[in-house]
Amino acid sequence: MQEYFLLFIGAMFVNNIVLAQYLGNCPFIGTSKDTGVAIGMGGAVVFVAVMAAAITWLVQEYVLAPFGLDFLQTLAFILVIAALVQFVEMFLKKVIPPLYKSLGIFLPLITTNCAVMGIALICQREEFGFVKTVLFSFASGLGFMLALVLLAGIREKLAVRRLPIAMRGTPIGLIMAGLMSLAFFAFKGMI
Amino acid sequence: MILTSGLTLFGIGLLAAAILGIASKLLFVKEDPRIALIEDNLPGANCGGCGFPGCSGAAAAIVAGKAPASICIVADGEAIATIAALMGQEVIEREPELAVRDCTGGLRAADLFHYEGALDCRAAHLLYGGSKSCPEGCLGLGSCVRACPFDAIHMGPEGLPVIDPTQCKACGNCVDACPRGVIGVSGMSARLLHLNQTTDCLAPCRQKCPAQINIPRYIEQIKAGDYDGAVMTIKERNPLLVTCGRVCPRPCETVCRRQYVDETVGINMLKRFVADRELRSGVHLPVPCAKDTGKCVAVIGGGPAGLSCAYFLRRLGHSPTIFDAMPALGGQTRYGIPEYRLPKADLDWEIQGILDLGVEAKLNTKFGRDFTLESLKADGFDAVFIGIGAWQASGMYAEGEDLDGVMGGIEFLTAHALGQKPETGNKVIVVGGGNTAIDAARTCVRLGAEVTLMYRRTRNEMPADVEEIVGAEDEGVQFKFLAAPARVIGDENGRATHLEYYEMELGEPDESGRRRPVKKEGSEQRMEATLIIPAIGQKPDLACLYDDSEEGTCPLETTKWQTIVADPDTFETAIPGVFTAGDVYTGPDLVISAIGDGRKAARSIHYHLTEAAIPIPETTQKTMIPYTLFKEIDSVERKKRAVLPHLCHGDERNCTFNEVEGPLDEQQALAEADRCLRCGLVCYDRDEPFLAEERETSPDS
Ligand code: SF4
Ligand code: SF4
Repeated sequence: MQEYFLLFIGAMFVNNIVLAQYLGNCPFIGTSKDTGVAIGMGGAVVFVAVMAAAITWLVQEYVLAPFGLDFLQTLAFILVIAALVQFVEMFLKKVIPPLYKSLGIFLPLITTNCAVMGIALICQREEFGFVKTVLFSFASGLGFMLALVLLAGIREKLAVRRLPIAMRGTPIGLIMAGLMSLAFFAFKGMI
Repeated sequence: MILTSGLTLFGIGLLAAAILGIASKLLFVKEDPRIALIEDNLPGANCGGCGFPGCSGAAAAIVAGKAPASICIVADGEAIATIAALMGQEVIEREPELAVRDCTGGLRAADLFHYEGALDCRAAHLLYGGSKSCPEGCLGLGSCVRACPFDAIHMGPEGLPVIDPTQCKACGNCVDACPRGVIGVSGMSARLLHLNQTTDCLAPCRQKCPAQINIPRYIEQIKAGDYDGAVMTIKERNPLLVTCGRVCPRPCETVCRRQYVDETVGINMLKRFVADRELRSGVHLPVPCAKDTGKCVAVIGGGPAGLSCAYFLRRLGHSPTIFDAMPALGGQTRYGIPEYRLPKADLDWEIQGILDLGVEAKLNTKFGRDFTLESLKADGFDAVFIGIGAWQASGMYAEGEDLDGVMGGIEFLTAHALGQKPETGNKVIVVGGGNTAIDAARTCVRLGAEVTLMYRRTRNEMPADVEEIVGAEDEGVQFKFLAAPARVIGDENGRATHLEYYEMELGEPDESGRRRPVKKEGSEQRMEATLIIPAIGQKPDLACLYDDSEEGTCPLETTKWQTIVADPDTFETAIPGVFTAGDVYTGPDLVISAIGDGRKAARSIHYHLTEAAIPIPETTQKTMIPYTLFKEIDSVERKKRAVLPHLCHGDERNCTFNEVEGPLDEQQALAEADRCLRCGLVCYDRDEPFLAEERETSPDS
């Protein structure tokens, strides 16, 4: 049990997918201007990351590994994740339209999100079993969401302060992300 | 190996494609083709002004029936018509709307530095909202400017947002961005229907005006030389500006902040100045009216309340018909106010302007005799307004007052206005201290009589306007203060010859705060009179409401002062769809009160006809807002108040019925407008040059 708990905390804080692994930086900066948008995007990432990690785990375990084709991992995962996002979009549109609407533009955005891909690949590199893969991807997704919402909160406050023109918008966003990243380093050694 | 790799990837790809293919078949959501067509016709700005996420969201909402074809604020008329056609709808033109800022600046600029560092009104409001002195005013940080997607707002030189009417699309983004409610989006109807609210930026004068005229606004317009604009601002609240410019006793001026510097602003003179400009031009400025609603309203009584109610109903798109018992419209403004104060020709011109909007009038038609509430209903009227005024003179409660040669003030003035030449003889006694008494006295002077005005208190307690009292004195009216009629003495033919009166002295103050006059016993004296005019008060004549067949039953509830009972907020009587206002509801009151209440009744009738309920905002302003009544007014230069020019002088004055006072000329009007402090709730405009001068000369600078 403790192992799972540590895995969860580790994925969310210590090895936070954006702030410690530096993955998914473009949506992180791009969708962190507004807390509402950040929550939507975070939710979508959690959802897709879990699905993607689970399916890629199956593909790796039952297609690539048996034929000794591990080197095709990246290509195959890209294919799988893109198809998965498309499928999820169609499925939600038909079956759960409210959820589809609330995820809105974020689902297609995730198709090319390296954070999702990264999570799937890390699970493979760490040789997690299926349960651990799901748990890890869920925690990583949550970590992404946490970082996103925190940054959005900071940027909303910054938007109403006086700033040199050159610093407004993305530059100050990146600086803040860097400072947050430093702050998250304090979690290192916790586990 | 290459083959295996290729095949595997191909296989995975094929599988994914197959799954997606099957899924797209199974999970296919049929989308209305109209969505795409509509989206093609939208401008593709994705501005979000419609409230939906982008143009495709808006298109989907239109097809789903959740938004009208006109939802896009950027699309032009043609695009809207095409979209409506796709939806099988018709385009009806909407009343134009515009963002307006209702805040005049004042102290705000000085407060600005408190908020440096946080350039957003919302942030500043959250941080310092509580400690700022003006609870409503503009913070001047320009969040609205940034919120406007159409560049329609910029910060003006005074640090206040200025709206460009040619760019504004009335999207309301600025309204959402402003935490103080300083900006609103409104069209004509919304403005006509608006009641003053305590959250509005209300200068004291605007709070006190019974018609809720936006006084600072029209004075500002006069100052800027926009005289037509000033007329239109007044007409948003008062269609009888020529009349009010002459006879209004100016309650607004009693609270004008300028009085704590020197003298009050001549608000009414300014109103008269612009009203007379329109009058002299001979052409009524075009007054916009909303689209016809096809609803008919019967307005009983063509006095100020009825005219105002009909005017506002017409502007809101309804079709009012005025029924009046007299041969001409105007009510007491025509029959109770003498020609020298309000020339009939000017009144006619003003009333014609109202009728020209499409208001019908049926004259010499008396309620209760020629028609009843039932017959109006049968004639297809959807609502009724009763504004029959107060035409019955109250008696003196003195013995012998029914003798010949005793005639109530209002009856006398009416008879005179109708050209019936009432017999005055050479010695007239007018009893009373109000404006009607003075009007009757000054009329008799003009008819050649020697007039004594008898009042039971002293001059200081007279309710009439001071100018009127001075005018009467100048014209030779004698005053007999501290005297009250005891009885009328007549000759053998039953004609009054003398008035016996008591001398009075002032005792303890009564509930009105004035010292109560007490009879001096045994002080009876007689005064000779050929005509005695009691002008003590008036009350409504409600005989018309009583149904002759069932004696004494009135379909409406009435009070002991013979006024009709109605809801004080909506003016609706106990009979649904029947409304009232004016003197018949309040008892004798000011012309401007009747005009203001006429509009409020029209508002209620409008809601009654178009929606089930009549909304009354919780924050409706009824009394003066206490914290706006401060008396410390710093840094304002003293300037002389204008004086209305007298048109006729000396002896000439009392032998003619020509107007006594004329309007200001342009120079005087501009100077007077310049005296206005452009007050907000707790702010006012200081004199900037004056301030600069002071700074230069002040020893410690
Ligand atoms: S934001 Fe305000 S000023 Fe700009 S278009 Fe919308 S309503 Fe008009
Ligand atoms: S100074 Fe002007 S705005 Fe202020 S109370 Fe007087 S008339 Fe009204």
